[in-house]
Amino acid sequence: MLAYVVRRLLATIPIMALVAVFVFMLLHMSPGDPAVVIAGDFATAAQVEEIRTQLGLNDPLYLQFVNWTAGLFRGDLGNSIYSGLPVSRLIGQRVEPTFMLTLTTMIIAITLAIPLGVIAAWKVGTWIDRAVMTVAVLGFSLPVFVLGYALILGGSVRLGWFPVQGYTSIFTSVPGFLRHITLPALTLGLVYMALIARMTRATMLEVLNEDYVRTAYAKGLPTRKVLLKHALKNAMVPISTTIGLGLALLIGGVVVTESVFAIPGLGRLTVDAVLRTDYPVIQGVILVFSLTYVLLNLLIDLTYVLFDPRIRY
Amino acid sequence: MTDHPHDKLQDPPLSARFMENAAASVDALRRNPTMLFGLVVLTVIALLSFGAPYFGLPDPMRQAPINRLQDPSAAHWFGTDMYGRDLFSRVLHGGQISLVVGLSVAALATSIGLLVGLVAGFSRRVDAVVMRFMDALMSIPSILLAIALVALWGSSVPNVIIALTIPEVPRVVRLVRSVVLMLRDQTFVQAAIASGTSTVKILYRHIMPNTIPPLIVQATYICAQAVIFEAYLSFVGAGTPPEIPSWGNIMAEGRMFFFQNFGIIMYPGIFLAITVFAINTFGDGLRDSLDPRMKRRI
Repeated sequence: MLAYVVRRLLATIPIMALVAVFVFMLLHMSPGDPAVVIAGDFATAAQVEEIRTQLGLNDPLYLQFVNWTAGLFRGDLGNSIYSGLPVSRLIGQRVEPTFMLTLTTMIIAITLAIPLGVIAAWKVGTWIDRAVMTVAVLGFSLPVFVLGYALILGGSVRLGWFPVQGYTSIFTSVPGFLRHITLPALTLGLVYMALIARMTRATMLEVLNEDYVRTAYAKGLPTRKVLLKHALKNAMVPISTTIGLGLALLIGGVVVTESVFAIPGLGRLTVDAVLRTDYPVIQGVILVFSLTYVLLNLLIDLTYVLFDPRIRY
Repeated sequence: MTDHPHDKLQDPPLSARFMENAAASVDALRRNPTMLFGLVVLTVIALLSFGAPYFGLPDPMRQAPINRLQDPSAAHWFGTDMYGRDLFSRVLHGGQISLVVGLSVAALATSIGLLVGLVAGFSRRVDAVVMRFMDALMSIPSILLAIALVALWGSSVPNVIIALTIPEVPRVVRLVRSVVLMLRDQTFVQAAIASGTSTVKILYRHIMPNTIPPLIVQATYICAQAVIFEAYLSFVGAGTPPEIPSWGNIMAEGRMFFFQNFGIIMYPGIFLAITVFAINTFGDGLRDSLDPRMKRRI
């Protein structure tokens, strides 16, 4: 197991190195002079020159890359062009809300989606199945922010149950945190839920056709036990793969959701950075999100052991 | 070699093949109401969007501040936005961008992915390099990558299309490659290799046709995704230039005023949801009729 973890971690190194090259090259893939783009339409020649010096754009390309990579190893992602603060510190300040939002969303989505998928597969072809699947397809079709604003209008403005926008840390006040996180988590979670429910239903349908499920029924086990112990447990491997890959959707949704609900997280940082073409910040956020995504998927691969003891690492 | 008799045998006249395909498509549609439903809804949306300039609607760009933020009325079916522009006209015109972006991204991503996937699947040396590259590209969440690209290249419709295409390519490559790997060792391909058929011809003639059905289905999902992502990009300010009335832009502008007039977000949102829903339904139906074994899955 440990050997496998080490091997997989080592295998992520070349991938992350390539990601780093991409992210570095992003700046140089612009059609014109990146310094001019970043400085904006109304910048003076001196301002453009200042940015060029600050980003080291006067150095030869290979030297820029070496310096940039050396910085990465020190945890130095460069400085924000807008505020001059280190990007690593800006990201550090914003991690908590994004982490908590994503975690809450995952918990809500997974605990709702898997039972829904199981029920849909169990009652396949009935109105329950069709209702679950329709909601799932709708979940794919509705843009995150439309749902977000609709929930604000309904849940906060009309009913007054939830605060309109903003964020309270769970360390400051637990009820405050829960009141602030519910609507964004529901907004963000719908697509994710749709994805997991569809996958759960599909895999369950396959597993329910297996001989051992018929055997389990035949020997008189209660339906609940057959569904959960025999079928779901065997369906969990593809489902957890989907949970991992779906994180990419979640990360994309976070950027929009945080803007809608004015949550001061990494998504907001990204949007603000885009509006100011603050490129070091954009690069830093992409690197952090990609690394998280790769590592979380590794973590999910490791959970397969829980569901299928035949898998040995 | 060009006039090999077998070539003639395999190719009936083009017109006959077209008629045959058309008949088969009509038949498939009749047997598959879901697909028909998706197709009909999409056609209606497309007609409304591209026909919008000819319906005698108010100019979607004309501002009339005196009419700002009005509720729906006989004159303005969806009400007006914060500059007094007619929302109904703007929403209909806005569909053009979404459809153009969705279709272009789907077409571009599948063509590039098909080309790369065919080569990667058939040549082990290319495969090793290309797939590492694709793995890295897939580790970057697609929206972030697209946002970063547009932020740097500047807002324009072609830039949005390219920025949304790049993150989709690796997924297509993987799909095509998996089909190629599966076929590469099958007898008919081995036979073609043994009889001295050139690699290009094997890829084009024997392998590519088998990648098309799953690819078309994939293309519908890419199209649906691109329509949503275009709206996301516009929403965060890294999308279609703000002066163009795209669904994403209309909604982005509406967020400041959503207390006063939720319609600015709601109407384009509903149109967008219906469009994406229709594309997805069409794709699901297509998958079912192209591959009946998949019918019960997902």
